[in-house]
Amino acid sequence: MTKFADVTVGAELPPVSYPVNRLSLVKYCGASGDFNFIHWNERIARSVGLPNVIAHGMFTMAQAGRYVTDWAGDAGAMVEFGVRFSAMVVVPDDDAGASIEVSGTVEEKLDGNLVAVALTARSGDAKVLTRARAVVRLP
Amino acid sequence: MGVNADYLGRTFPATEPYEVSRVKIADFADAIGDRNPLYTDAAAAKAAGYPDVIAPPTFPIVITMAASRAAIGDPGLGINYAMVVHGEQRFTYSRPLHAGDVVVAQSTISGIREVGSMTMVTTQTDIRTLGGELVCTGYGTLVERGSA
Repeated sequence: MTKFADVTVGAELPPVSYPVNRLSLVKYCGASGDFNFIHWNERIARSVGLPNVIAHGMFTMAQAGRYVTDWAGDAGAMVEFGVRFSAMVVVPDDDAGASIEVSGTVEEKLDGNLVAVALTARSGDAKVLTRARAVVRLP
Repeated sequence: MGVNADYLGRTFPATEPYEVSRVKIADFADAIGDRNPLYTDAAAAKAAGYPDVIAPPTFPIVITMAASRAAIGDPGLGINYAMVVHGEQRFTYSRPLHAGDVVVAQSTISGIREVGSMTMVTTQTDIRTLGGELVCTGYGTLVERGSA
């Protein structure tokens, strides 16, 4: 578990790459209740002008959340978590799918053992999250 | 623009009680590919000081979405749902949700703003236990792309 005393402002956290394929999206549709066609039906996705099926924004946010809780070492450490969805994660119908690369920097140490982490998430050349920030409480 | 600015500040009725279950948390954790044992192993969660398995940080969207959909889908607001994308999402937590929690969610339209041909509508949704404890607040911004 990451300790508050061991955290340095400005420290960069190692990047992690998370895979996403069509099966991920079908599962996420079911688990979240968001069955929007653009997340599983290529025909409809293209008919509304998208390049292909795209991941749910919340799926991408979940990967950023996982990145933070894995770093913190406590899945219940999150105090605040916010993102802006800035680009689509396009998921082709092949074995590889797509990937979401998340990285983070310790932005601030706050009262009450709180640490703010600034996050970036990319898929291919696109920055898929901006203004992404999590605040965790560390021991 | 078609969006009715009079809806700013309007609060909608709370949802029916939602019971957070171990199975739903496990399904959600599996769907996001997160193998953290605190989401699936009650003994591990208890050893870490939680009453039961806890839910991942983005799990509350399952609960807030149902409530905010009622707000955003109100015909009087005038949002064209076919033209909507998810622009921003934020949560504040007083603690993680855990299996066994029974909660209700209530949405307020907390922001309406127009940027060029786009209209952004933000809903604030509070998740509370039946006893009134505020567990989590979600702020979701939907962007209606102008059709003009």
